Amino acid sequence: MVCLALAPPGLAGESAPVRIGSKAFTESVILADIVAHLAKNDGLETEHVKGLGGTRLLWEALLAGKIDIYPEYTGTLSEEIFAGQGIRGVPALREKLAEFSLTMTDSLGFNNTYVIGMKEELATKLGIRSISDLGEHPDLTVRFSNEFMKRADGWDALARRYRLPHRDVRGLEHALAYEALDKGVIQVTDLYATDAKIRKLQLRRLEDNLIHFPKYHAVFVYRTDLEQRAPDFAAALRSLETAIDETAMTSMNARVELDGRSEEHVAAVFLDRERGIQSRVRERSVTEEIARYTLEHLHMVVVSLAGAMLVGIPLGVLAARKLGLAQPILGAVGIIQTIPSIALLVLLIRPVGYFSDELGFPQAVVALFLYSLLPIVRNTYTGLRGISPQLYESAVALGLPPSVRLWRIELPLASRMILAGVKTAAVINVGFATLGGFIGAGGFGEPIFAGIRLNDYGVILQGAIPAAVLALLVQGLFEFVDRMVVPKGLRIEPIE
Amino acid sequence: MFELSDISKRFGTTEAARAIDLTVEPGKTTVFIGPSGCGKSTLLRLMIGLIRPDTGRVRYRGETLSPQNAMRLRRKMGYVIQDGGLFPHLTGRGNIALTARFLGWNAERITARMDELVSLTHFPTDGLDRYPAHLSGGQRQRVSLMRALMLDPDVLLMDEPLGSLDPMIRSKLQAELRAIYRALGKTVVMVTHDLAEAGYFGDTIVLMREGRIVQVGSFRDLIDSPADAFVTDFVHAQRSPLEATQGVTP
Repeated sequence: MVCLALAPPGLAGESAPVRIGSKAFTESVILADIVAHLAKNDGLETEHVKGLGGTRLLWEALLAGKIDIYPEYTGTLSEEIFAGQGIRGVPALREKLAEFSLTMTDSLGFNNTYVIGMKEELATKLGIRSISDLGEHPDLTVRFSNEFMKRADGWDALARRYRLPHRDVRGLEHALAYEALDKGVIQVTDLYATDAKIRKLQLRRLEDNLIHFPKYHAVFVYRTDLEQRAPDFAAALRSLETAIDETAMTSMNARVELDGRSEEHVAAVFLDRERGIQSRVRERSVTEEIARYTLEHLHMVVVSLAGAMLVGIPLGVLAARKLGLAQPILGAVGIIQTIPSIALLVLLIRPVGYFSDELGFPQAVVALFLYSLLPIVRNTYTGLRGISPQLYESAVALGLPPSVRLWRIELPLASRMILAGVKTAAVINVGFATLGGFIGAGGFGEPIFAGIRLNDYGVILQGAIPAAVLALLVQGLFEFVDRMVVPKGLRIEPIE
Repeated sequence: MFELSDISKRFGTTEAARAIDLTVEPGKTTVFIGPSGCGKSTLLRLMIGLIRPDTGRVRYRGETLSPQNAMRLRRKMGYVIQDGGLFPHLTGRGNIALTARFLGWNAERITARMDELVSLTHFPTDGLDRYPAHLSGGQRQRVSLMRALMLDPDVLLMDEPLGSLDPMIRSKLQAELRAIYRALGKTVVMVTHDLAEAGYFGDTIVLMREGRIVQVGSFRDLIDSPADAFVTDFVHAQRSPLEATQGVTP
């Protein structure tokens, strides 16, 4: 199992492939796919790390060289990545990016700014046309994407600018906001200007009458060394500048989200029409996809769990043996649990990056490993401390050395408790590994996040159902392992 | 066999042993007795080095017990506790042979020694392959005794070995245990709270109270010449039911 950990799947050719990242929404994936097709057309090997969970994740990955390029928006660079530094406009941003050995294209031709939206029907009824009008309706339920809540130009700034009276404004996953808006659970949320769902769900874009929102021109941000590594590709990239207008982008988004075509396909159609570039899009069958998700998921779970056992059980033994170390050890593995998973994945990009070129799988495995430690360490500790003093002393009185006592007496007596900890870790791990979808590690998280992004339950279920089944299988497997590992004498019913 | 000099041991605010001086004669059975919490079990655990004294020292066959030599010296002592202290994940055989296997005894030697012990303790041979959960209380104590005797130790330390058994079995085992002690001729140190049992087994009885030794002597000494009023009270409180009934008759 350790060998698996040392040999993650992936390409390790002589020339490093161009690694393209994209955010977890359709437009970003389409733009990244366009670039992927372009690079392939230039004969470059490519890898598309699809739908990463958030700007920070991509930015960190780009800085660490885990990806070479990803589609971004000028507003996001100004307001989020370089927040509070007053860097606006393409030339200023390019200058700033140069400090990180990065650069960017000019605008691809559309401004996907944030807009505030609500259902057309409700807006008409309440007579709301602009953001200012919202001020007269403090009772509306307002929810924004998590990202919008935190941005410099997000909710706080917007509320100040328009003097909006709404209280109890909270964040939620952007993809869920449409669903909630459509069902009437919420009434106001943030949208993207080129969003296909604006038309589908009949939403009204409220006029930004005080011109609060900055421009969100789509650009590609990439590592400067790409120009040396692949000059033709860099040139092709620049040819995309001003090539996609708002209408073209909105219709591509709609092709994916409303007509159910793949981003890859839509990107290929665009390049065929605009450039006459023929791209081969390989559509995989659902069965093939689920098989791949399963393998990736199992790989993550098995490697991280094996690692957590190899480290966690000795740590638990140490905590039980040296009581002075018990609190520091249990405290440390406990604190790891309090780190939000997405934050942990972001934090791990660089440190894990030193040991592996790949993005996604190694970070996900390390995160799962860290989360698995607590149940294993704690149960090992509790199991060993729970051995009755009489039995413990009997072993000492027999004149057995500590190592023999540990292996022959204490670990077997604690085996059931330790195994319960491993089982807890394994079951949690199966669920948790879906977060791998955030960071491009694959597994069942990939269809779950893609499904949320596309608002497609069918796709979500492709990941959710097998993940649930796998969790049950793991549960069942441990009933069997229990019989193998826990000594018979501890499992039999006493007479009398 | 054992020499205890100026032994003191404190657990929190409880003084379990206060300035104890005691010599245990080889080849004899010495019984520690006294009310609960008097320190009799503590003394036994000090002798096998499970706990270390705050002051004073324990000498075993002339050698002062220390953390360095405790493991080696323990293999020359057999220790049996109230519930047997058998490891539930090992069969009777596994329990008995544990230390011998660790010391590298071969299978023949182990089997030969176990055969001796089975006949000594009248243990049913098929019981050896049962787990403790499937043995009766009396059988468990026999397995525990065999485990203690496996390496043929010089001394047996018995901490209320019959304490958790019901009276019928207990009286039967008392007789068997005394026969075994006689057959072995080993030094035995035994802890009990039952005066009749102390009188039945003990060549020497050590009566303790609140961490101190009150009197050392034979059973007769305790009755005929009690050291103080406590001894009289202790002996009195433990009269047999028969005597007690006769006592209230006018």
